[in-house]
Amino acid sequence: HSYSVTYKRRTPCTKPLDLTHTHFRKNLFVAVENWKFCACSTFALHSCLHLTCWKAVVLEPGIGISKMASCTTIPISSPLHANDLSQRMINSPTLPLQKRGHLGLKRGPGIVAYYGLRKPPYDLDALEPYMSKKTLECHWGEYHRGHLEALNKHLSRNDVLYGYTMDELVKVAYNYGNPFAEFNDAAQVWNHDFFWESMQPGGGDSPQLGLLKQIEKDFGSFTDFREKFIEEASTLFGSGWVWLVLKRKEKRLEVVKTLNAVTPIVWDDIPLLCLDMWEHAYCLDYQDDKATYATVFMDHLVSWHVATLRILRAQAFVNLGEPKIPVA
Amino acid sequence: MCAATAATAVSLSSAFVSHEGSNGGLKSISVAPWKSKQRQVRRAGAGVISAKFDLKPPPYPFNALEPHMSKSTIELHWGKHHRAYVDNLNKQIDGTELDEKSLEDVVRITYNKGDPLPAFNNAAQAWNHEFFWESMKPDGGGKPSGELLARIEKDFGSFDNFASEFKTAAATQFGSGWAWLVYKSDSLEVGNAVNPKPSDNDKKLAVVKTPNAVTPLVWNDYPLLTIDVWEHAYYLDYQNRRPDFISIFMEKLINWDAVNARYEAAKAAAQQQ
Repeated sequence: HSYSVTYKRRTPCTKPLDLTHTHFRKNLFVAVENWKFCACSTFALHSCLHLTCWKAVVLEPGIGISKMASCTTIPISSPLHANDLSQRMINSPTLPLQKRGHLGLKRGPGIVAYYGLRKPPYDLDALEPYMSKKTLECHWGEYHRGHLEALNKHLSRNDVLYGYTMDELVKVAYNYGNPFAEFNDAAQVWNHDFFWESMQPGGGDSPQLGLLKQIEKDFGSFTDFREKFIEEASTLFGSGWVWLVLKRKEKRLEVVKTLNAVTPIVWDDIPLLCLDMWEHAYCLDYQDDKATYATVFMDHLVSWHVATLRILRAQAFVNLGEPKIPVA
Repeated sequence: MCAATAATAVSLSSAFVSHEGSNGGLKSISVAPWKSKQRQVRRAGAGVISAKFDLKPPPYPFNALEPHMSKSTIELHWGKHHRAYVDNLNKQIDGTELDEKSLEDVVRITYNKGDPLPAFNNAAQAWNHEFFWESMKPDGGGKPSGELLARIEKDFGSFDNFASEFKTAAATQFGSGWAWLVYKSDSLEVGNAVNPKPSDNDKKLAVVKTPNAVTPLVWNDYPLLTIDVWEHAYYLDYQNRRPDFISIFMEKLINWDAVNARYEAAKAAAQQQ
């Protein structure tokens, strides 16, 4: 079914904003942190950190979000939110922790602030037939959850790592290559959150516009990149991950593979996509056939919308091209 | 099954693999797999010598380890994973100087003192898996007996201590890898150092865990028992519950006869050094 929704401005500006969106369909709205990204690539919702107020945003061509239609707020009761938001509120999404030094406050009695398990932004059977429901139940429900619980257990011992945000925790626990015991758990939680968000039902196809241009610049063509990615996945020995990453220093995209729980954020690079090559990710569906699994991921599961979003955010930190300096 | 043709094929040891498990048990295991035996080379075609490694089947039918390790696991694990390692290894060493060596030699040479060559992963995995199949048997598990049990109790305090150490090592091997019971060739805890004053009180047995394809062969130790904790070994049956798999392995699958035979051979080999 399709909705036709109109929003009115609520701020001093007098010009009415008419944002009509007729393509809305449940489950094609990919959620990443405080963004909801419509599969039609023209429309997105952006929220404040607490997911209480959402702002409609129109996407213009190119890597960029141009018109922030920031004067419009969509109430929570709107049908646009459908199931996801209420689910998120019930499931208590990851709250960013206040950063504390180790001389900081002692936790008062009864105050508990650990990490929560994030749901993938789609139903567990939404990726069929490419990734079965059983795989997701085992992979997310047991494996990912297990690491999260182990991490919380580490943190509950009131050690000095308590108080970091997830990203910081992973980098600190990595300890420049001599990881602490918390690293494996923290990094696996981070990696899996990233992984679920890197996929969507009806995914695959190819990136558009700016991201596509960047891939063509750094790999030659999208096909070259795709082949490289699949080849790296097929030749990974043992357990690990394959990433499309934006290298900060080199200012270019690369495909890297990492072993076990290692993630490119420990080297301060910015990952855009990842593929879990641990055997538990594909054993039930593809047995030992890594190449097919990676191909199916590229063709049917990968979410280029999310990758676009991520490189958009990355552009705040990495200068990917010549700045457009306006001539007076 | 194929026992007769195995005689002319290259194999880890010159012993046959028999499917009738128990009685010919001792003889059917590759008793001292770490010793390089004389290789038997198969002549193929027009007098061309090609020495390829064979994929030996496990010494029991595929459904013999049910319900602890299902038939489909063995079909996948041996039929696809192990087979792929052997096939890829053969492709990799074809025509190179590794072609005429025994599997253990290939493993040691390609390990290259920690900087492994491309063939190492396949060679080591081929060796490890063959060792693994022979470390299990239907109606296995329980405790060893005789001198091996005495040695375990001496080196670990008690059999239960050994069991819990082994289980912990297997459960905490993060990612893919193996857990081993080894007979140490030199009983110092430090790397490659040789013990200058060996005595009977030294600990000879140890539990080690190795990542990915690494095997204690490369440190010149004598492996006695192994468990495969790569996820493909247990995921179909136990999904993420690796500790359950390890417990079942200890209680129901271990082939202590094989371990015993290997222990005897290890002692003999160590004496000769």
